[in-house]
Amino acid sequence: MSAAFHLAARYVLRHRLQSALLAGALGLVFALPLCLRVLIEHAERELRARAVSTPQIIGTRGSALDLMMTALYFKRENLPPLPFGALSELRNNPDADAIPLHVRFAAQDAPIVGTELDYFAFRGLKLASGKTIGRLGDCVIGANLAQKRGLQPGGHVFSTPELAFDMAGVYPLRMRITGVLTPNGTPDDDAVFVDLKTSWLIEGRSHGHDDLKRDQSVVLKEEDHNVVGNAAVRMFNEVTDANIATFHFHGDMDTYPISAVIVLPENAKAEALLAGHFARSKEQQLIRPRDEMEALLAQLVRLEGFAASALLITASAALFVTALVFALSFRLRLREFKTLEDVGVSRISLLNVKVLEIAFIGIAAALIGLLLLSLASFLAPHLLRMAL
Amino acid sequence: MPDLSGLHVTDLRFAYPGDAFRLHVPQLELAAGKALALAGPSGAGKSTLVRLLTGLLPPVAGSVRLGDAQMDALTHEQRRAFRLKHIGLVFQDFALLDYLTVSENILLPHQFRGDAGTLARTKAHDLAQHLQIAQYLDKRVSQLSQGERQRVAVARALVHEPRFIFADEPTASLDPSRGRIVVDLMIEDARKRGACLVMVTHDPNLLPLFDQTVRMEDFAVV
Repeated sequence: MSAAFHLAARYVLRHRLQSALLAGALGLVFALPLCLRVLIEHAERELRARAVSTPQIIGTRGSALDLMMTALYFKRENLPPLPFGALSELRNNPDADAIPLHVRFAAQDAPIVGTELDYFAFRGLKLASGKTIGRLGDCVIGANLAQKRGLQPGGHVFSTPELAFDMAGVYPLRMRITGVLTPNGTPDDDAVFVDLKTSWLIEGRSHGHDDLKRDQSVVLKEEDHNVVGNAAVRMFNEVTDANIATFHFHGDMDTYPISAVIVLPENAKAEALLAGHFARSKEQQLIRPRDEMEALLAQLVRLEGFAASALLITASAALFVTALVFALSFRLRLREFKTLEDVGVSRISLLNVKVLEIAFIGIAAALIGLLLLSLASFLAPHLLRMAL
Repeated sequence: MPDLSGLHVTDLRFAYPGDAFRLHVPQLELAAGKALALAGPSGAGKSTLVRLLTGLLPPVAGSVRLGDAQMDALTHEQRRAFRLKHIGLVFQDFALLDYLTVSENILLPHQFRGDAGTLARTKAHDLAQHLQIAQYLDKRVSQLSQGERQRVAVARALVHEPRFIFADEPTASLDPSRGRIVVDLMIEDARKRGACLVMVTHDPNLLPLFDQTVRMEDFAVV
């Protein structure tokens, strides 16, 4: 056996490139379905965990999936806005807490989430450094975002205009970072959190500018109690201690938009009553993220089934090609095996040589497969984060 | 311990199916420690006779006895085992494995016998030195010239000290002086160990070195 082992090993090592290619192809083909499973399992686990931890979400009637993705993953899905007044109504219900979310803007690729301080307690987010949001224009940022961009308390981030060439649009807001959150391995790590009012400020529902009464030359017209300035009026794109008093909101705040409200019912009865109430609503909808996520995951599993079938066909083809490669290789080496026979090597030893060569390639393929699986396990959280 | 002295052929007949070629060896005897040259024109059946003597081809009739062993009475696997243990073969095309080093090729019979220890390695080294290929022991045979490869094949045939040595034109790729060294080594080795040596050769200058010469003519031994 040792002679057969030696001979097989020498052959495989001598033809290492061909052997590595064959093993690599085999390893890849057989690892792919397993890698796919690992990735999907991780995705299922993570998605389910986030969904289960969020009892109910309320939003304007429309796509339930978009609403869930906005509230859980801060996807800026351009949802129909929910008036802020809806939150006040919800808060009249003593059996449920409500946390508003306004997810429309971004600071480069990081979503800006307008919310209230309750959100941090709800998600178990603590401050790793700095302080919490103190005033208009302040933000706290997720751990991953801070690390990725080298940001820390005292630094600043700008909101990104929705339309780069909209000269008449809202100015980017320079926001002061007051704190960095501890990581929790969710999209919270990549977000910029601001007070709801700051998100409205970014939207242009509030602004601060030079005092028009001090310089009459910038006044365009005065109507009743309303003073209209001309284009020379300096608008502030950052809230500071010096100018905070100049910031003011226009219009009825109850009509201001929010994206969604996370609802935390006290008990199952409250949850059922709320679900019943919103089932009758024509304007608003209430979703249970766990139900929506299960439906989404069922689609994912179905897709995986298709992918697995395709990969199974590929694997069968690869197995057939591998068998053909070995058969052709052994056929091309008939002279070599004949030599060994002539020297007196037994039939069983020759068989051992062939089996061991196949085994070496198989073992190498298995190792490559395991390596790919480990890589898939390692990369799964990053890939999921990128996908979301 | 079986008797492994002498080679005995009686009324050996062979024909390839569907071919006009016929070989008939009425009688051939070679005592232990003796060297026999097979000479004759191409196509006379020298290589076929060597294959018959080593059990690589089954005869149509007659018998080949190597010592006590009646080759045609042995099974396929028994003949293989006998060759591995007691026969050294030098093939016309050397039949070396290109992906092995010179040293590994020489030790191949020992490897499959399971006794490629220090003694075998020393013997392989000595033979390589004698055949002037010691400097190539760690090289792959694919990197050697034809002559060097032929000498590796000779070393492989002798390394396990077989009782029967069969060589099919082992000097064909060598210059006369190296050819002489190889033939001298094989004859000396056979005499020293009491082995039988059968060598196919086209070189008439080498014939006087052998104890016996068999001249083969068309399809028969005369």
